Formats: sequence, structure tokens, C-alpha cells
Amino acid sequence: MVALFYILIAIAIATGIWQLTSIFKLKDVVASEKDNNLQGILFGIFGIFFYIGMIYCLVQYNSLLLPESASVEGEHYDNLYMITMVLILVVQFIVQFLIFFFTYKYRGVGNRKALFYADSHKLELIWTVTPAVVLTVLIMYGLWAWNNVMDVSEVEDPLVVEVYAKQFSWEARYAGNDGQLGRANVRNIKGINTMGVDMTDKNSSDDVHVRELHLPKGRKVIFKFRSQDVIHSAYMPHFRAQMNCVPGMVTQFAFTPKFTTEEMRANEETITKVEGINKIRKEKGEDPYEFDYLLLCNKICGSSHYNMQMKIVVEEEADFNKWVSQQKTMSELIK
Amino acid sequence: MSDHHKETFITKYVFSYDHKMISKQFLVTGIFMGIIGVFMSMLFRLQIAWPEQSFGLIEAFLGKHQEGGVMSPDMYLALVTIHGTIMVFFVLTAGLSGTFSNLLIPLQIGARDMASGFMNMLSYWMFFISSIIMVISLFVEAGPAAAGWTIYPPLSALPQAMGGSGMGMTLWLVSMAIFIASSLIGSLNYIVTVLNLRTKGMKMTRLPLTIWAFFITAIIGVVSFPVLLSAALLLIFDRSFGTSFYLSDIFIQGEVLHYEGGSPVLFEHLFWFLGHPEVYIVLLPALGITSEIIATNSRKPIFGYRAMIGSILAIAFLSTIVWGHHMFVSGMNPFLGSVFTFTTLLIAIPSAVKAFNYITTLWKGNLQMNPAMLFSIGLVSTFVSGGLTGLVLGDSALDINVHDTYFVIAHFHLVMGVSAILGMFAGVYHWFPKMYGRMMNKSLGYVHFWGTLIAAYGVFFPMHFIGLAGLPRRYYTNTAFPLFDDLADVNVVITCFAIFGGIVQIVFLANFFFSIYRGKRAEMNPWRSTTLEWTTPVEHVHGNWPGEIPEVTRWAYDYSKPGYEEDFVPQTVPLKPGEEES
Repeated sequence: MVALFYILIAIAIATGIWQLTSIFKLKDVVASEKDNNLQGILFGIFGIFFYIGMIYCLVQYNSLLLPESASVEGEHYDNLYMITMVLILVVQFIVQFLIFFFTYKYRGVGNRKALFYADSHKLELIWTVTPAVVLTVLIMYGLWAWNNVMDVSEVEDPLVVEVYAKQFSWEARYAGNDGQLGRANVRNIKGINTMGVDMTDKNSSDDVHVRELHLPKGRKVIFKFRSQDVIHSAYMPHFRAQMNCVPGMVTQFAFTPKFTTEEMRANEETITKVEGINKIRKEKGEDPYEFDYLLLCNKICGSSHYNMQMKIVVEEEADFNKWVSQQKTMSELIK
Repeated sequence: MSDHHKETFITKYVFSYDHKMISKQFLVTGIFMGIIGVFMSMLFRLQIAWPEQSFGLIEAFLGKHQEGGVMSPDMYLALVTIHGTIMVFFVLTAGLSGTFSNLLIPLQIGARDMASGFMNMLSYWMFFISSIIMVISLFVEAGPAAAGWTIYPPLSALPQAMGGSGMGMTLWLVSMAIFIASSLIGSLNYIVTVLNLRTKGMKMTRLPLTIWAFFITAIIGVVSFPVLLSAALLLIFDRSFGTSFYLSDIFIQGEVLHYEGGSPVLFEHLFWFLGHPEVYIVLLPALGITSEIIATNSRKPIFGYRAMIGSILAIAFLSTIVWGHHMFVSGMNPFLGSVFTFTTLLIAIPSAVKAFNYITTLWKGNLQMNPAMLFSIGLVSTFVSGGLTGLVLGDSALDINVHDTYFVIAHFHLVMGVSAILGMFAGVYHWFPKMYGRMMNKSLGYVHFWGTLIAAYGVFFPMHFIGLAGLPRRYYTNTAFPLFDDLADVNVVITCFAIFGGIVQIVFLANFFFSIYRGKRAEMNPWRSTTLEWTTPVEHVHGNWPGEIPEVTRWAYDYSKPGYEEDFVPQTVPLKPGEEES
């Protein structure tokens, strides 16, 4: 019934608006010279406010953005991103200016005749070739960066980690001393063996099953992703890393952590961002926040999709090795 | 023509064969679905800005499912899913293309009606049935489909995975299957009509750009929609008959399912083989409409007519080989990622050509600021703003970190959502006199335009930054992550603009429905346009022209041509001796 009430209100507003039209001249339905003038000027004014708005967002929201890449591979990401963004902004600022300025400048006046200008191969060639050249550069750098991050065929002594997704949590498994992950399939899931590791595989026994991800600084980590139910996506924004976890197949991604968690907390951009966040949290009376790397789910996966996360700790290699050796291996865990 | 058979109410207003009536049916149904779709977005924007707060509005409309007016996560996902489905397919495909292809193809090429009036009627009524089923699906017990408008399995395939994947998903699939059939029948009809029924003298190179856009759109639809139908059919098989096309190795709710050997990535390929061309199915008609309106109201020929056709063709061709850019992080072979990056970024070239050609058309024009013109200029602006960020998303290396974040939402809403909606409004204001024989009020049109443009930029420009901060889309709330606490204020701003934008649409609705009955009677050619539809009488006649169909002697864009008194020369005026056709 209340819904009906809202609908009635909407209808009442609509009727009111229509009544207002009687104040306007109902007979004027085609733009007059006065309209041309006014609307042209409005476009000019809107254009100015549009520029102010864009610049305001760029300045004001800059502190919201992610801090510099925490992975070595991500440096190229940040470079490419900067180049592309600068290009986009330059084009945006020029082209929007042309749109709003021409609309303002050439607003209709009486009997002025428009210029009959139907074609110019020279101009068209310019704006075909210019984007083509610019794009060639972007494509080349982009493809190089893409191959750089996706190609893991020549990595020496990587750390292999399996990241395992399910509704609505993450688990992980390290390959152990042999550097080989044991086989796994959902059909082996039983009791404490929640990742379905095949214990008959000799590579399985030294695997280490954890619920918090630790990574060594400066060593390439190859992630193998699995999911047991629906598609999830392992998103690690600080490392510029993302890969879907797809049931029935193993996907992979690799990067080299560049800063430990402690170093990242001391990063200037992080400090600014954390300060901003804590100011808001203080107003709401919440505990202060301390920076941590996170793995979040970034593919719709069900009702608690919004809260599917795992903490990532990056530490010096020695600390990492110590931490791993303290964890129970699969054979210790299951027996 | 012997079309003077007796018409009853049923044959004239309900099961009409007349393309003009069918076009109005598409428009009104599209507007109705649009109201639902936009209203849903306002509900879930409330949740995003003020998470888990109680709203009377939410309780009023979502009823006993949302006791106390606090939106549940399942309801949130259902709303974003149905919002996407309705806006993309029901409003911007059927509502936009269905309306204007039907209205303008026969009128602008000089035909009595579509090639098959019956198929045309069938196309509308199948669309109508699919709309009804989609609306019904909102009311089923476990909720409507909620797996996102892209309905990736296994989430959409397994009722155990979420409530919406039960009956709601079944109805979604049935509705879409009928919708696809409707779209195919319509598209085939458009293609045949454009190829066969052009009047004497209407060479392909004299067609208005609207027709070129509708024609190519129809071809893209025929090429890609059947693939979605097959994807949906296989999904129905997996859901109901135990096959394993998309499913493999699944353990859910303590139980191993029997599926083995399938791959969800297969579904993603099939889905996006339609899904990407769909963007252009939505966008090209809006660009076609814009070309026509900008030329008419600038009193200038459209700049680079042939380049415009060339870029439509290039976009259409490229659109079918870029679908993989939605799947850079899906786990497909990285080499494919390289290929799709290359083809995707190429689309920027024809798009740039179109944008620059619009701007050059404005240059040294004599711009008549009718509401339709304002919306068209707005379209060019949002098309550029939204299109540019495609350079980030189309580049596989850059996509990694913004994939599925709010950056994507901002990008595609500006470039296809807002642009196409602005194009649709432009079309409605421009061709309203042709549809209803009356004019819409221009002052309300101006209010509607400025409100809409300000709201569109207010919503989607700040949204880029939320995405760059790493916030994933389809999050019920971001309060689970202190990391995103500083985005809350931006979300409040966005929601305020969204609600403002929604309310402004009431101005349009009021103007539209009252103008149908009370608007000023239209003249034959109110915008002083050159194209053929303005040579038909204001009162509709079956067969469009009471006498002979006029013959066409020139292209559609002779505005302000030197040597003529008037600033427009209709397509039917013969060339003067010695005059060159442009």
C-alpha cells in the first residue's frame, strides 16, 4: 500500500510539472532565437563547471587512490597507467573544450547561413592516422607489459602457492620443501582436508595448508588458483594482481613482492591514505585502522561476496621461512 | 496500394501490422521497463551510500522480503542483476532500436511498411511476453535472478549457490530466449526492408546515417544473438538435465556434484560473443540518431558522410572480434589476451573518427537548440568521456587491476548507458511529431536535459576514482573493509546525484504522456529537415504516403547548400542543371 502511495506522489509531481507548462508558452515548441542564445550560453557555463568538477575530482580524490605498486611487475603497470591516463586527460580536456566551445560559439542566430562543409580528406586522414600512431605505441607497451607479467616460463626458484576459493573464504597451500604441490580434487574433500588434497600423491605430504597468506619479499611467487564451487576472483589490488578462480581448472598469476607489510605501512602515500581513513573512523567511534595487504574476491559469488577476504603478510625471506617451518604439513595435519 | 481494409480497435492498436504503431508499442513498453530499471538503481544506490540503514522506500517496494526496510545482500544482488538486464536488453536494445528502426526504416527509405508486417508484429509481441516474464520473475519465492546480468555459471547454474539461481534464473532464461527470438525476427525484417524496399533513387549512398546505423545494428544482432541463445540453452541443459557443459569438479554445501569436464570459461566466451557486440547494438542506433539530429539542427551537412559509414562498418566488424577483453583475467591463454588487446584498441580509431566528425559538423554551424539537439550534443560529450577510459580497460596489462571494479561501471555507463539513453531521448524529442502528430514542450525538454546531463556526470565521473581505489563492483557494502572507509563520502555524493537524476525523469514522463494528448499539433516538417519521413502527412495513413512514394534525387544532408534560398533542400528536390551531388 505504501508503494502505491509513493506512486501517487510521483503522479502528483508529474501533474504539477505539467501544470507548470502553462506558465511556459505551450505554443513554442521549436527553439527560437532566444532559446538558441540561452542554451548556447548554458552550454558554455556547463563546460566551465564541468572543467572545475573534473579538476576538483582529480585533486580531491587523488588521496583515495591505491599507493604505489607493492610488486616489482606492478612498476610497469604504474608506468603504463600514468602514460595512458595523461593521454586520456589531454584528449578529454581538448575534445570536451571543442564540444562546449563550438556549441556556445555557433549557437543559432537569425538568418546566418551555416558553412556548407561536407568533406575534407585531409582532416579525416589526420584524425585517423593520429589515433592510429598513438595507439600503436600504447599497444606495444601494453603487450610488452602483459607478457612480462603473464609469462612465468623462465622463472628460477619461484615460490609456488595455491590459493583456494570457496563461498565465502580463502585458503592457501604452500608446496613445501619439494617445491611441488600435491594433486588435489574436490572429490577428496573430507573432514580437515578442506582443499581436497590427494594424500596418495607423494608430493602432498609436505604441503602446508594455511588460512593467512605470507609472502617473502623479493622472491617471485607463482600463484595457482582453484575454486571448489563458483567462479571467484583473487584480487590483490596493492600488487596490481588479479586472476579468476574457476572450478574445474587451475589458473595462475605471478608477481614479486617489493615491500614488506612494515615497509608499506611506512610509505608516504599509505600514511596519507590511512590518516584519512582513521579520521573518518574516529568520527564514527571505530577502532583505528592499520594498513594490511589484502586478497579480496572480485567476482560475484553469492550473498557474502562483499566480505570474502584474506590477509596477506609480506615479510623478509628469513622471517617467511621461519613462519612456514612453524606450520603443520599436510601429513602432520591429517594424521 | 489497396490498404483500405476495415480496421478494428484490435488490429489498429493491439495486433497492428503498421510499423508506426509497432514502433510506439516498443517505445511505451521500453519506457515502462526503463522506469523499473532506473527505480531499481535508486534503491540499491541507497544501500551503497547508507549501508544497512532502514528506508521506508525499500520496505514499501520490496515488502515482506525486506522486513524493516533494510536491504538484504541477496536482494541487493538481485536488484543489480535485473537493473542490468532490463536496461541493456529491454530498454536500450528493444526500446531504442525497436522503436526507431521500426519508425524510421520505412519512412526514411520510402517504403509503405516493413517487408513483413506480420513478423514485425510477432517481434513486438514476443518482446512483450518476454518483458512480462521478466517482471513476473521479480515476484518468485526465492527471489529473481541474482548472479549478475552476465549470469556466469556455476553461480547461475546451482540453486545451492544462491537463492536467485532457482526459479528466478529459470524465468530469466526463458524470458531472454523469447527476447532473442523477438530480436532476431525484428533484425531480419530490418535487413530485408533496407535492402529491398528502398524507393526509386534511394541508393545505399543516399541513405540517412540513421538507416545505416539501424541496418548494421541488425546485422550485428543476427550474427551474435543466436550465440547467446545457444549459451542459454546449454545452461538450461546443465541446470535441468544434468549435462556438464559449463560445470566441473564442484563441491557445494558439503556435497560433491556429479559434473565433470565442463568449463565456465566456455560460457564466458559464448556470452561475450554476444555481450560485446551488444554494446554496439545499443550504441550504434543512438549514434545514427545523433548524426541525423546534429546535421539537421546545425543546418549543416554531416561532416564526412562516407567516413561515417566506413566507421560504422569498421566498428561493426571489430565488435565481433573483441569479446575476449571481458576475459583478460578469466584464466584463458595469455596469448589470446594479447590478440584481444590489439583488436580492442583498434576500435578507438573509428570511434575517434566519429567523434571528430560530429565536432566538425558543429563547427561554423547555425545551431538550433531544440531539446533533441541538446541531447545529441550531450551524447557526444559522454561518448568521448566514457570512450577514452576504454584505453585503460581494453589494454590487458592495465585491465588486471581495474577489472570488475567501479572503474568499469563508470566506463560502460558513460559510453553505452548514458550515451545511448541520451540518444534515445534525442530521438524521442525529434521524432515525437512523427509518432504522435503533436509536439513535446521544449521548456520541459530543456529542464530534463540539463538535469539528466548534470546527474549523469555527477554519478559517473567520481565513480572512476572509487574504482581506481580498488573497490570491486557488486559489493553489498564496503564496510567489511576499513581500506574503503574513505570512499563512503564519495558514494553519498554519487547516490544524491543518482536520485536527482531519477527524479528529473519524471519531467520527461510528464512531458511525454501529456504531449501525446495535449501537445501542440505538429506541422509537417517542424525541424525543416531534408529526409523523407517529413514528406508524409502528420495524420498517419496506412502505407505512409497517400499517393505515390516520392522519388529521391540527392543525399540526405543538403543543409545550407550554396545556390538555394532555403537552408535545407529535401531529398525529393531534383538537382538543378549543373548542380553536383555532394
